[in-house]
Amino acid sequence: MSQPTDPSEPGFPPADRRSRLLGGFSLRDEGAKGVAIATLSTLLVLGLLAFAATRSAYWPDFKDSFLNRQVFAESFPDILRAFKRNIFYFVTAEPVILAFALLLAVFRSLRGPAFFPLRLMATIYVDLFRGIPTVLVVYALGFGMPALQIPGLPVEGWFWGWVGLILSYSAYVAEVYRAGIESVHPSQTAAARALGLGRWGTLRYVVIPQAVRRVVPPLMNDFISLQKDTALIAFVSGFIPEAFLTAQIASAATFNFTPLLGAALCFVVVTIPMTRFTDWMLERQRRQRQVGAVA
Amino acid sequence: MTEAVRIEGLHKRFDDLEVLRGIDLTVDEHQVVCLIGASGSGKSTLLRCINLLETPDAGTISVHGRTVTDPGADQNRLRREVGIVFQSFNLFPHMTVRRNVTLAPTKVLGLPGDEAEARADGLLERFGLADKASEYPDRLSGGQQQRAAIVRALAMEPSIMLLDEITSSLDPELVAEVLDVLRGLARSGMTMIVATHEMGFAKDVANRVCFLDDGLILEEGRPEDIFLSPREERTRRFLDRIIAAGRM
Repeated sequence: MSQPTDPSEPGFPPADRRSRLLGGFSLRDEGAKGVAIATLSTLLVLGLLAFAATRSAYWPDFKDSFLNRQVFAESFPDILRAFKRNIFYFVTAEPVILAFALLLAVFRSLRGPAFFPLRLMATIYVDLFRGIPTVLVVYALGFGMPALQIPGLPVEGWFWGWVGLILSYSAYVAEVYRAGIESVHPSQTAAARALGLGRWGTLRYVVIPQAVRRVVPPLMNDFISLQKDTALIAFVSGFIPEAFLTAQIASAATFNFTPLLGAALCFVVVTIPMTRFTDWMLERQRRQRQVGAVA
Repeated sequence: MTEAVRIEGLHKRFDDLEVLRGIDLTVDEHQVVCLIGASGSGKSTLLRCINLLETPDAGTISVHGRTVTDPGADQNRLRREVGIVFQSFNLFPHMTVRRNVTLAPTKVLGLPGDEAEARADGLLERFGLADKASEYPDRLSGGQQQRAAIVRALAMEPSIMLLDEITSSLDPELVAEVLDVLRGLARSGMTMIVATHEMGFAKDVANRVCFLDDGLILEEGRPEDIFLSPREERTRRFLDRIIAAGRM
């Protein structure tokens, strides 16, 4: 089969490359007709749904209690201010999770009978915390720890809810790290050990740097999830306002659900760029692997 | 001559497979010993046992008179004295060539960074890689990568080098540049144990050739004796196959 040389032909290589850059979407590949049909049918379905919803006898009530412009305008500034608290939870929890999870993953990947106790402890920890719903961990710590009144330890509910998020997420992130560590070929360890590096030096300079590079995109997915789950702290934080709690309070005060929409908006504005960024990184990694395979 | 490596009654098995079945081998300082034999005859495992990348099941290995197979022996000291280069290069892909070379000297020998870099740059220059020092391994050809791996091992200033079929995964036109490096090393008096399929190289450079068959050294001697008048039928058959494949 001959390579197409006419740029207007569908198989022309540059168009192919362009389509990959655009995430598999290109006018030339699909044809303008296909795109038009897709756009039209999407609009049609959405239009029909909107039509059906607005024709409902209860539409005015629904609109009034979920999409109330006035309530939104009154409650949103407070929710947005409170959302800073969610950002704070996220930004402070994330580094702790990254460090603690790495420790767990390293413990789990140590070989040899001398490390059996560490390996066992880390395995039990990960199994346990991956098995319990995060909301239960947040509840148990957020109410349990302040109730114990242990001298020297904080008694604020939000603090222990924050700790609960860290404990729960560390178990997931540890598994992501471990997958990365195991994906580093044993010949790399052999090369490092053969140069006289010890077990620890081999992990630190050779295995972990390669492992972490590989798991950045899946780690980002866990970050996105964590950003959303900071709302769980609302259940145990008492009157320390974060976005979800503030929205709930506003909602209860106005007998209107619109403030919850405002809270959702806050989360979406942060998580959607993170999602796009993660996709971009995954795509870049995939392309690098392809280049590597060719070379 | 002083003994560099002495191996006695070495056994190694992987699960049900007995790979080494009683190897005895002595290598004097400044000698080059080539291990030849079919794939699976135990050449690689033997090399990996010498610097304890594999733990022998039975037998003793001494390096410069110290028994390294004793339970209390210092593995890391052994590995500083015995360098190894692998068939698949095994450079660290996340580090530049220079960093690959300086990592062990700085972290294991405790050399200051600038001293390690000076040593690395000197070696890279000597092996024609000066312009590749700041590149990452995936930007290098196979031959360049393998030379960089040799430099990385040499930077630890080992007294013995183990070379495990280091030209086997190279394109034919890149084999010569790596073999030239080995010839230079042999001339400089480096003690080397070389597992190889390059019979021409073995003939030129080796003081002694050992034919491994099924986990045993079946025959050993001067290269001209092994290649021209092998005593054992199996050695002869192996060499016939090599000649038939045009590798000699």
